[in-house]
Amino acid sequence: MSIQSAIEQKLTATFSPERLAVINESHLHAGHHHTEGGHQETFDGSGETHFRVRIVSPVFDGMSRVERHRAVNTALADELKAGLHALAIEPAAPGERTRW
Amino acid sequence: MSGINEFIENEVKSNEVVLFMKGTPGFPQCGFSGQVVQILDYLGVDYHGVNVLTSDELRQGIKEYSNWPTIPQLYVKGDFVGGCDIIREMFQAGELQTFMSEKGVSTRGAA
Repeated sequence: MSIQSAIEQKLTATFSPERLAVINESHLHAGHHHTEGGHQETFDGSGETHFRVRIVSPVFDGMSRVERHRAVNTALADELKAGLHALAIEPAAPGERTRW
Repeated sequence: MSGINEFIENEVKSNEVVLFMKGTPGFPQCGFSGQVVQILDYLGVDYHGVNVLTSDELRQGIKEYSNWPTIPQLYVKGDFVGGCDIIREMFQAGELQTFMSEKGVSTRGAA
């Protein structure tokens, strides 16, 4: 299964989102060089390393910004451990304004 | 790991505003770190940058210290505030400057 599908499935299972968009932004980071953590290669932009998650779910209602991000990070802990390098998160509760 | 935790704890406690980042405020080496640098500079906040690329132990240690898997990470008066998305959201909502002044951190920017 692709990392993208795994992210979509886990977020759907955890948050029952009203709206969900998982966007692979790895191509935006082509040429982005990492020497830390054993990454000696330069990202070629074809992989699944950088994602943006946009999600609207009632689970976020009443949670602070940090709590919302922690909830998403926890749901995707396996992916983050396995080499998902960057995760931008735009969480919202139903009724809140989103930019998408 | 206790050594690295002490180092992080000391940085967080002895500086009002600390940004753990990839690269330095003058030369960020990651777009997400660079965004937070730009926001803090725009607000005119005095902050201390810690480059996590200088040590693997530090890069891992900061993730465990705050139970937060990504970098950058901003701390104000000893408390974790957020990463790039949160800082940008707070800035765009006009909350970051209010937050800083409530915490007693001076801003001198045009915002």
